[in-house]
Amino acid sequence: MERVIKIPAYLIALLSFVLAFGSELNADEREQQVVIVDSFIELRSGPGRGYPVFHIEEKGETIVLLKKKTQWFKVRTLKGKEGWVHEDTMARTLLTDGANFDSGNSDQEDFSNRAWETGVLAGDFGGATSLTLHGGWNFTNNLGAELSVTQALGNVADIRFANVSLLHQPFPEWRVSPYFKLGAGIIQTSPFTTLVQTPDRTDEIVNVGFGVKAYISRQFFIRAEYSSHTILTSRNDNDEVEEWKLGFSVFF
Amino acid sequence: MEIRIQRIFLKSYQVVLASILMVGLLLPVSAAEPDEDDEFDSNSSIFDPQVERRDVDREAIDTENWEIGLYYGIISIEDFGSSELKGASIAYHVTEDFFVETSYAQTEAGLSSFERLNGNVVLLTPEQREYSHFNVSLGFNILPGEGFIGESLAFTSSLYLLTGLGSTDFAGERRSTIMVGGGYRVLFTDWFAAHLALRDHFYDIELLGNSKTANDLEISTGFTIYF
Repeated sequence: MERVIKIPAYLIALLSFVLAFGSELNADEREQQVVIVDSFIELRSGPGRGYPVFHIEEKGETIVLLKKKTQWFKVRTLKGKEGWVHEDTMARTLLTDGANFDSGNSDQEDFSNRAWETGVLAGDFGGATSLTLHGGWNFTNNLGAELSVTQALGNVADIRFANVSLLHQPFPEWRVSPYFKLGAGIIQTSPFTTLVQTPDRTDEIVNVGFGVKAYISRQFFIRAEYSSHTILTSRNDNDEVEEWKLGFSVFF
Repeated sequence: MEIRIQRIFLKSYQVVLASILMVGLLLPVSAAEPDEDDEFDSNSSIFDPQVERRDVDREAIDTENWEIGLYYGIISIEDFGSSELKGASIAYHVTEDFFVETSYAQTEAGLSSFERLNGNVVLLTPEQREYSHFNVSLGFNILPGEGFIGESLAFTSSLYLLTGLGSTDFAGERRSTIMVGGGYRVLFTDWFAAHLALRDHFYDIELLGNSKTANDLEISTGFTIYF
């Protein structure tokens, strides 16, 4: 008996939270308004250049920004029409206080001053196809730290390694910016058992490398790198492996 | 017992009262705002210094560039029959034209014809029959469009091509894998989509002595949400 009554009380509490949260969202949405200064803007039915224009909103009208998908804003007119507008068009709108609306796209200057970056690289690790995922943090414009994991699959072994490196960019303001890299990590080698009967090995690895990061647009850049690895094996000789790779990165 | 029930009811009344109060407190704000907007419209001058300063907070605009989803399908594992496949994917949409996707899927391989014909021959242990693959791929949206149901419903849709690099874990080994594929995506709302995809995975395998390129074709259907 007691339980049956208690549950609705909780539900009501939950409902009131949802209501409170919901109306707060509405209040937020209200603030995202801009006024059109171009003679008109076109609302498309989808977030792409090919979608048909189904509505035109004139100069001086206020539109509400609802969301953004890639380079397209979903907007609502005061009459309730909802459609998609390209961000370049949004640049020709004003905030309610008269300032220009800035869609907040990153440019090359943001690239020079980036703090966080992440990406993927593919290439060749001593003859094996390698795939690397990396994430980095730049504590100054010139210096950054990076963590990466690589999988290299060759014909004889499955190699995986994790690496921590320090990167130095002498010319962070260049669009194509070179860098030098010094790193250390752990490498795991699992030979394919059908070919050679040897156990898995885990060794330390140190490496030096250089490469370039080339800014493309928005928050994206491409990256090419060459590194020379030394695997500190438990045998008498250390292994030397050369690696080159090419990839795509995003910065925040 | 009665008193107890009364007390519980009283408690829920308090909650109702509290929620009414909360809603009441918030409502006047949202109710007042449209008036403000009307006033603003009638002023007609957008440079009116009297207008309350309200910056557009870009951070508050919801961006929906990430797409996460689950899929289910059938994969034909070369020499080992067809199996049901379960997978997950996450994609980042860079522009309206291209996206970066990573996906992971797993299944269990069946018996090869050789094993089936030779009753007691077993090529792989149950553990080695576990099959999984992952890849990082580049996707290109081609032929974006709209699909129509009846007179008043339209859903945006797109065909896409995928090409990627990854690995396949099968028969106790991991192998470097190239994936090519494509699919069809229909967005039922801005944030919910259904997919039908075809992916082909190529890798070199030397299971029966000599090395050859295996070709695992997969057809799947799934759902994704954008956030």
